[in-house]
Amino acid sequence: MNIVTGFFYLFSTVLIASAVMVISARNPVHSVLFLILAFVNAAGLFLLLGAEFLAMILVIVYVGAVAVLFLFVVMMLDVDFAELKQGFLQYLPVGALIGIAVLVELVFVLGTWFQAPGELITRASAVKPGVSNTQALGQVLYTQYVYFFEISGLILLTAMIGAIVLTLRHKVGVKRQDIAQQVARTKETAMEVKKVPSRVGV
Amino acid sequence: MDPSFVFLGVLMMIVKGLALLVGLLIFVAYILLADRKIWAAVQLRRGPNVVGPWGLLQSFADMLKFVFKEPIVPSGANKGVFLLAPLVTSVLAMSAWAVIPLSSGWAIADLNVGILYIFAISSLGVYGVIMGGWASNSKYPFLGALRSAAQMVSYEVSIGFVLITVLLCSGSLNLTDIVEAQQSKWGLFGWYWLPLFPMFVIFFISALAETNRPPFDLPEAESELVAGFMVEYSSTPYLLFMMGEYVAILTMCAMTTILFMGGWLSPIPFSPFTAAWLAPIWFILKVSLVFFMFAMVKAFVPRYRYDQLMRLGWKVFLPLSLVGVVVVAGFLQFFGGVHG
Amino acid sequence: MNAPIFALAPVLPEIIVSLGALGLILLGALRGETAAWLVAELAVAILGVAIIVVLRHPDTTGADFSGSFIDDAFGRYMKVLSLIGALVALLLSLDFTAREKFASFEYPILILLSTIGMMLMASANDLIALYMGLELSSLALYVIAAIKRDDVKSSEAGLKYFVLGALSSGMLLYGASLIYGFSGTVSFNGIAHAIHGQVSIGVIFGLVFMMAGMAFKISAVPFHMWTPDVYEGAPTPVTAFFASAPKMAAVAMMVRILSTAFPGIVTQWQQIVGFLAILSMLLGAFAAIGQTNIKRLMAYSSIGHMGFALVGLAAGTQIGVQGVLIYMTIYLLMTLGTFAAIISMRRNGQMVETIADLAGLSKTNGKMAFFLAMMMFSLAGIPPLAGFFGKFYVIGAAMEAHLYTLSTIAVLASVVSAFYYLRIVKIMYLDDSVGAFDKPYWVVDWALVLSGIFVLAFWVYPSPIIIGAMAAAKSLF
Repeated sequence: MNIVTGFFYLFSTVLIASAVMVISARNPVHSVLFLILAFVNAAGLFLLLGAEFLAMILVIVYVGAVAVLFLFVVMMLDVDFAELKQGFLQYLPVGALIGIAVLVELVFVLGTWFQAPGELITRASAVKPGVSNTQALGQVLYTQYVYFFEISGLILLTAMIGAIVLTLRHKVGVKRQDIAQQVARTKETAMEVKKVPSRVGV
Repeated sequence: MDPSFVFLGVLMMIVKGLALLVGLLIFVAYILLADRKIWAAVQLRRGPNVVGPWGLLQSFADMLKFVFKEPIVPSGANKGVFLLAPLVTSVLAMSAWAVIPLSSGWAIADLNVGILYIFAISSLGVYGVIMGGWASNSKYPFLGALRSAAQMVSYEVSIGFVLITVLLCSGSLNLTDIVEAQQSKWGLFGWYWLPLFPMFVIFFISALAETNRPPFDLPEAESELVAGFMVEYSSTPYLLFMMGEYVAILTMCAMTTILFMGGWLSPIPFSPFTAAWLAPIWFILKVSLVFFMFAMVKAFVPRYRYDQLMRLGWKVFLPLSLVGVVVVAGFLQFFGGVHG
Repeated sequence: MNAPIFALAPVLPEIIVSLGALGLILLGALRGETAAWLVAELAVAILGVAIIVVLRHPDTTGADFSGSFIDDAFGRYMKVLSLIGALVALLLSLDFTAREKFASFEYPILILLSTIGMMLMASANDLIALYMGLELSSLALYVIAAIKRDDVKSSEAGLKYFVLGALSSGMLLYGASLIYGFSGTVSFNGIAHAIHGQVSIGVIFGLVFMMAGMAFKISAVPFHMWTPDVYEGAPTPVTAFFASAPKMAAVAMMVRILSTAFPGIVTQWQQIVGFLAILSMLLGAFAAIGQTNIKRLMAYSSIGHMGFALVGLAAGTQIGVQGVLIYMTIYLLMTLGTFAAIISMRRNGQMVETIADLAGLSKTNGKMAFFLAMMMFSLAGIPPLAGFFGKFYVIGAAMEAHLYTLSTIAVLASVVSAFYYLRIVKIMYLDDSVGAFDKPYWVVDWALVLSGIFVLAFWVYPSPIIIGAMAAAKSLF
């Protein structure tokens, strides 16, 4: 057993354990923290595969941004743990049934797996040696897969518009800071010089 | 491979790592002192000057004091997460240094995607703050944690775009390659700070926000939140938080140095200044210079209000850095210089 | 890679709509909410241009982007249908959004984005393109369903649609990954090459999961649960959109993947499609009987009609696909016409939605009553109206493929469903009036009249649609 195998077992054990903890932790904040641990370990597995770009992107996007917002929301929510537990027992049989069905299916599928006749023809050619995987991704992403790249852009745009449409409310009566207006203030608009006669006041 | 050879390799790795850590922590001790001294000087005070000559041992005295005090865990706190938070902060901050090259080849791990690694690590830094703030089970820390989460996520975006402009110019994600791409006969005028000056400014300010440095220290704003997410911390956990923060600040200084100020390259492009043994010294000098700027900003600039902070991040830096990416990419496309 | 401009020619309609949507976002962002009406009109114009471009496209088959995108007669036919659905739905909502006070410039833009997704679905030639097109169109639909965000029912519709839609996307993806695992490729042609004859159980599982995901999108039973609630909750023009354009795209995607990627296992998927068809037709026929809300009734009606369309697909032949295309064309126009009538159901400035509100319509608004009655007769499939021909073609194809049970059930379901369609006609013509409707917006009026004329006169000159559908079906086989 060399170091890589050791790390593989370390990462995958922690990954699976934390995935189990995500669904079994009593406290939702703990669940999210375990989810983060799972992401980081998945990134570790990517590293072992030599896909360092994917590993880093996984950490930056999922752990650094998505999970932060997730944690943010979970921390703000007032979750009733007792109520959650109640539902858990109630739905356990159904959930277990579906889980077992999918598991059985996976076993079936794996058991019957074979090399499809067309596969060898259609398999993508191997990356040239000496090209790092970041470069290899870059070479196909904007050429062969530019179509998917562009559609992804449209999908994200739609998501953005949707989030804004459904949540943005222009509140009236809120005092907002208008930097441009502040900067545009001049002596004339801001000051008024008054001649105050002595002993009379303004 | 011969097993004893592997063992030796691992041992070397550990020794190198320890050496780096010790050096780093001593550097942090003096950076902390410098921070206080500069701040004091701006305000016409003396600053720490009692422990050791000119107060040089002040940081070590502080450390001993923290270590010998009793760590207090509030009774309502979530104990595990509460104690984990400072560890997360300090360990993550230090682990970023694994890829930073002090000189050509002087990095513990010369990763292909070093810049992404540092970006990932710095984006993880927010977890220490959030966990600490949440686990304290107290209002000020929680508010501090919420502010920190929003703030760090916001400024990461513009940092990411600035990184992209640098990557476009250097054509590599490897930190050593990025530094070497800045080598030219023009010395310090060949580094990226000059052609990418707007990006340099955005990066510097975003780095302040990313490390919760004043004027963006909203998570711990002492006048509003007492000490923000660190209110409930004491003794060694507090020390770890502080240490992690300062190491993260140094990381950002090192990043600024590597991305925009030519890393270990000499500003004067001829012998004897370009000697190989001078390279780490140039690097440390540059990091110190950037930190000096950090410290001066802290001394000069009043703290932002929270909505101003958000406005600056999303409405000013994000569009500007996006435009920067487009301009740089367009320039490289039309005037040559695209790598790979 | 040379001459990149010409290489993009097959994607021209999609590019037009995408750039149009982006331009409208800019316009809306600069002009603010006041631009809502202008943006909607421009969006209609963009859709119109796209229809013309698709129709005038040379009659060729071309692939683009390494074969992910295919531009053939079938794709163009379905694109025109989707575009017409989106265009008319947008026209119907012009005045409605302003009256119901949810006019925003984002609404037409979301419809455009969703339409792009539908066009991509119709042209998708591999699993990734299919999924991304589907996601693009669905994501916009979820938002549109909840567009009237202060209305509890609309928000509920959006949420329900989103949760169930996400589940179905998950199933589709799971199935797609199984298919990919067993064929080693995502391209439809490659899958057809790899999968034929005796196939492993994994492929069948994958196929079943993918069919489940797609059945959700066309709201075939047993994946129809969302349909009545979403149709009822969403604002009426949005419902008109839901009932028209996305259905076209989803059917296009289903037909294309089954007949180009899985021709090797026709017997397997025929059973699944037949099963979905029978359940949908029966549920559509029986569950609609008890409805009092006309939008819910239309939801069950559309479930039933999807069942009929699937009958054609179950035949698994070129004639069957042709039948599906003709059926979808006629269904599209009938649905749009009916919804134009439902949008006109406004009394004293308030929308009314129950069937009882239609009572005595013949006395207060004879024209609307007549055309709505024609729509109902056509939906029921009474000759010589258009709806009859749709059913005729799909059932004929099923008979030809020796699917006698399926055909018999289709005829029976058609008879049962005639009951509730005719009941509406009876209420309109024989019951006492409960008061006149407000005068509808002229575009809505015209939409009803034009689709009514189409339904009435289809038998006079059916050849353009039949020939177009034949050419389209031929390009798949």
